[in-house]
Amino acid sequence: MRLERRHHSSRAALLLAPVGAVAFTLAVSALLVLWAGAPVGRTYALLLQGGFGSVFAWSETLTRAIPLILTGLSATVAFKARLFNIGAEGQLYAGALAAVAVGGLHGGSGFDAPLWLLFPLMMLAAALAGALLLLGPALMKTRLGVDEVVTTLLFNFIVLLAVGALLDGPMKDPSALGWPQSVALQDGLELGKLIAQTRVHTGLVWAAALALGVWLLFKYTVPGFHIRAVGANARAAAFAGVPVTRTVVGVAMLSGALAGLAGAIEVAGRTGYVTLDMSPGYGYTGIVIAMLAGLHPLGVLAAAVFVAGVLVGADTMSRAVGVPTYIADVIVATSLIAVLVATLLTQYRVRWK
Amino acid sequence: MTVLALQGISKRFGALVANDDISLTLEAGEVLALLGENGAGKSTLMSILFGHYVADAGRIAVFGQPLAPGNPRAALAAGVGMVHQHFTLADNLSVLDNVMMGTEPLWQPFPRRAAARARLLEVAQRFGLGVAPDALIGSLSVGERQRVEILKALYRGARILILDEPTAVLTPQESEALFATLAQMVAQGLSIIFISHKLPEVLRVSHRVAVLRGGKLVAQARTGGTTQEQLAQWMVGHAVDAPARRPARRVGDAVCVLERVSTAARNPADNRDALRDASLTLRAGEIVAIAGVSGNGQVALAELLSGTRRAVTGSVRLMDRPLPAAPSKLVARGVARIPEDRHAVGVIGDLPVWENVVSERLRGDAFSRRLLPGLRWVRGAAARAHARRVEQAFDIRGAGLEAPARSLSGGNMQKLILGRTLLAPATAGGAPARASRLIVAHQPTWGLDIGAVAYVQQQLIDARDAGAAVLLISDDLDEVLALGDRVAVMHGGHIGEPRPATAWTREAIGLAMAGTPQRAAAPKAAA
Amino acid sequence: MSDLLDILSNAAFWVAVLRIATPLIFGTLGVLLCERAGVLNLGIEGIMVAGAFTGWLAVYAGAPLWIGVAVAALTGALLGGLHAFLTVTLALSQHVSGLGITMLATALSYFGYRVSFPKVNTPPTIVPFAPMDWLHIPVLGAQTPLTLLALLLVPAVAWLLYRTPLGLALRMAGENPQAAESQGVSVAATRTGAIVAGSALMGVAGSFLTLSAFNAFFFNMVNGRGWICVALVVFASWRPGKALLGALLFAFFDALQLRLQQSGDAFLPYQLYLMLPYLLSILALVLVARKASYPQALMKPYRKGER
Repeated sequence: MRLERRHHSSRAALLLAPVGAVAFTLAVSALLVLWAGAPVGRTYALLLQGGFGSVFAWSETLTRAIPLILTGLSATVAFKARLFNIGAEGQLYAGALAAVAVGGLHGGSGFDAPLWLLFPLMMLAAALAGALLLLGPALMKTRLGVDEVVTTLLFNFIVLLAVGALLDGPMKDPSALGWPQSVALQDGLELGKLIAQTRVHTGLVWAAALALGVWLLFKYTVPGFHIRAVGANARAAAFAGVPVTRTVVGVAMLSGALAGLAGAIEVAGRTGYVTLDMSPGYGYTGIVIAMLAGLHPLGVLAAAVFVAGVLVGADTMSRAVGVPTYIADVIVATSLIAVLVATLLTQYRVRWK
Repeated sequence: MTVLALQGISKRFGALVANDDISLTLEAGEVLALLGENGAGKSTLMSILFGHYVADAGRIAVFGQPLAPGNPRAALAAGVGMVHQHFTLADNLSVLDNVMMGTEPLWQPFPRRAAARARLLEVAQRFGLGVAPDALIGSLSVGERQRVEILKALYRGARILILDEPTAVLTPQESEALFATLAQMVAQGLSIIFISHKLPEVLRVSHRVAVLRGGKLVAQARTGGTTQEQLAQWMVGHAVDAPARRPARRVGDAVCVLERVSTAARNPADNRDALRDASLTLRAGEIVAIAGVSGNGQVALAELLSGTRRAVTGSVRLMDRPLPAAPSKLVARGVARIPEDRHAVGVIGDLPVWENVVSERLRGDAFSRRLLPGLRWVRGAAARAHARRVEQAFDIRGAGLEAPARSLSGGNMQKLILGRTLLAPATAGGAPARASRLIVAHQPTWGLDIGAVAYVQQQLIDARDAGAAVLLISDDLDEVLALGDRVAVMHGGHIGEPRPATAWTREAIGLAMAGTPQRAAAPKAAA
Repeated sequence: MSDLLDILSNAAFWVAVLRIATPLIFGTLGVLLCERAGVLNLGIEGIMVAGAFTGWLAVYAGAPLWIGVAVAALTGALLGGLHAFLTVTLALSQHVSGLGITMLATALSYFGYRVSFPKVNTPPTIVPFAPMDWLHIPVLGAQTPLTLLALLLVPAVAWLLYRTPLGLALRMAGENPQAAESQGVSVAATRTGAIVAGSALMGVAGSFLTLSAFNAFFFNMVNGRGWICVALVVFASWRPGKALLGALLFAFFDALQLRLQQSGDAFLPYQLYLMLPYLLSILALVLVARKASYPQALMKPYRKGER
């Protein structure tokens, strides 16, 4: 079997690719549903309903989508420059912790400042925490040539342990009856509800705005050009005068900041405090979302909603028919691989010798 | 006896017809030259023979037996060996490992190294190609590596040998040694296909010539019965005049001066491509051409003046000020750069043509506007307009400004690179664009067809006549001697004293390229 | 200080070191085979989870322990086959394919576990490998047979790589695939074989956790060991002997931090000790970074016959 490059991809193929990928994914997961002994049709119906079938479902989906948009943007920015940031999970927690450190109830943080100042400070601290966390591996890559995949991955474990230590100790909420959770944010710092009587908070607006911002950055600014150039061909970019190291460092800080903000916005909008399990792998899922979106910032919005819907729907479905929720992760991982293969097939033709 | 017969070979790559119904034979004990300009289809044809590609149509017979297509193993088993233009050697492994690899069945638990070593040395001796079996490829010179490439084929008992542009990387003396080896091989009963685009070589070495043009076989002749002019005409399709020399008219002040410059080697294990105590003066209105076997510091010199490498000692001055370190500053000061590898370094293939045209100047006021410190907004309309100007002025043909740059053909890509670097945008005040002061051209015509080569060379001459200082670094000795007003030879990172082109003989240049000290020349660089 | 000496002079400590090192040896050798052939395999974390699960499940279903190991190896091989298909046949990004497989394999394993055991409070257990009492060597005798296998595999892999034609072809595929292809070796077949074999080893690494170190499968069992193996391969300069050394060194520090936790410096949070292995891995990578001599074609996709 051989691959041969096509000289142009037809419109139809480009549209058909994601559809084919989704169809393949659903077929594979259907097998899993059967293994669990549940009726396939009903299971999928429940999945769809649970994610998108009612106003309540949509509200849950959108709420879940907020951190996913941000981690998806984080991965998009990084991967666009071929900086493989797998550490968004750790950066998210770092950001959440920083937010609580700055904005926590008196006793949890030492900051006594007016709310209108505290809020941006809190967000800035979160962004900075995430940025600095990724800066280490980025510098290791540019100065020493250490592959960033493994270093960012290992940092996730380190950060999570650090969070655990802090939640057991200095940042523990004394009124939480022994549960390891952090002090809560001051009331005035929480994000308001976007849609009344739902959990959807204004973080959605922030996330969408940031997606738009990243898109504008890529398409219309010089730094955006630098990022795309470095990702496409770093040698040629350097020759053309692009400051490669500076760009990579900038990308690292932006990517880390976005993931850190994901953590802060989750705290400020949904939970109010930090716990060890506040992120069921949002950082890793963000990578899948970025790939599904083809590294397009606006596509991240759609991909995040899709994935969030699947995750939320799986929760609902699982309660009804008992198929374990892990099927959602299978669906997400399979669709990633399927989309990659489908996209490849739009660029290459298969030749059987 | 016919040892090889190709019949009706055709091959397309998408819209490009690389080979069109070609039929050829090779007789025992003969050297057949396969001649054609770049892009004529020679390498494709031989790659089909060797099994790298599968032909769309046609048959191949080796020693009378049909050859299974698309399978280098079958070709090797049939006795066909290929010496590739770009060596297929693993730097981290030894000579013996490289030669032995793939010669023993993979399920065999024990390699027979001693026997292999003995056989290698025996074959090497038989053909006069000395090698050290345990040396790592990474430590060998280019000529030595080619010897290993040849030995790989001879070790396997090849009876038909294909050599793809073998002299492209050799000094004249090394080329002579290669020709002697070829004679040895023929004496031992081998038959050889020799691919080249260099007419003098072809006349010297071959018994018969087959000429390819545009994918078709247009002529075959006995070498003895043809002339260089006839071959050139077949190659190009019409009568070709030797390019007339256009001497420099008015040589002005020094534009760029290198004084005792040394650079660090990029790869610490490879000491060959760095500058050592190099000095050179480039003057306005003059072309200085650098000859030399590649790997003697040319890349370092080009990168130094292109802004992608730093000098460790010595000084480089550009119009009386130190050479700026960043490419963007170089461009701002009027340095035009043409890199060696247009695909990997010259353009960013995935980005559209228009972005590649303005890529060097994007941070200037012509194409962007400052919004915040560190954040400039691209002036899309101005950039695209300039790209259109360049496209028209340099006749770049392709799928348009928005198409990715990798879709351009080699010649058009080179025109993009020339245009972006030679045509400066008009300044905001309406003053005419500034002409380039220094042009650094590194292998600017490599891999181009004759038409594109002539175009590029003309651009360099025009720029010189407009007052620029031109540095031309080229592996092609004919090009160096034809275009250079003064010619210098690089060896071991040191630049020899430039002399007027007319003052060099081929023999003297060949000796200089090999590092032999010359009369009244600069002292030989310390080893 | 005397605490430290106490720990080091205790034979049980060294037993723990070898035990902790075993999955790392298997995993690192597995990554080494893939990378020597030129392919990065980030699926290791997921493959270890899958190997742990399927091996354990087979034994739970009644199979003998060695069959369980074989099942784990087979699982690894299948997942490796998928990775090979994506990265060698289709030449997709090796990073993304590997991460995708890790996510998929982990999700499938957790899903499978939940489907098989829907409502359990304590994880079901099996009878794991017994220590090799018949081997009258200190420290080693207290290990299970899988450890012995791991130790024997090191010289075996070294011999394969450096002393057989197959190993030479594998190394050539990782250094210069064009050269390999020109000399009649199929790069696709060689790389696929290396990935499948390496992934089988990764599966066995996972099975050690459920069939030897512990006797049950639980979530987050692998806990980053796969990534540590990827780091260890760089540290080992892609050489099997150094891989063993790296695994032992790492296991030494891991065992040490466990003991130090217990011996009782109660002022330092235990998480700090747990961080030590990961920090050390990063440090190891930094230290060898400059000198790393990568297989030259690592992570570069090879498409045969492409212009």
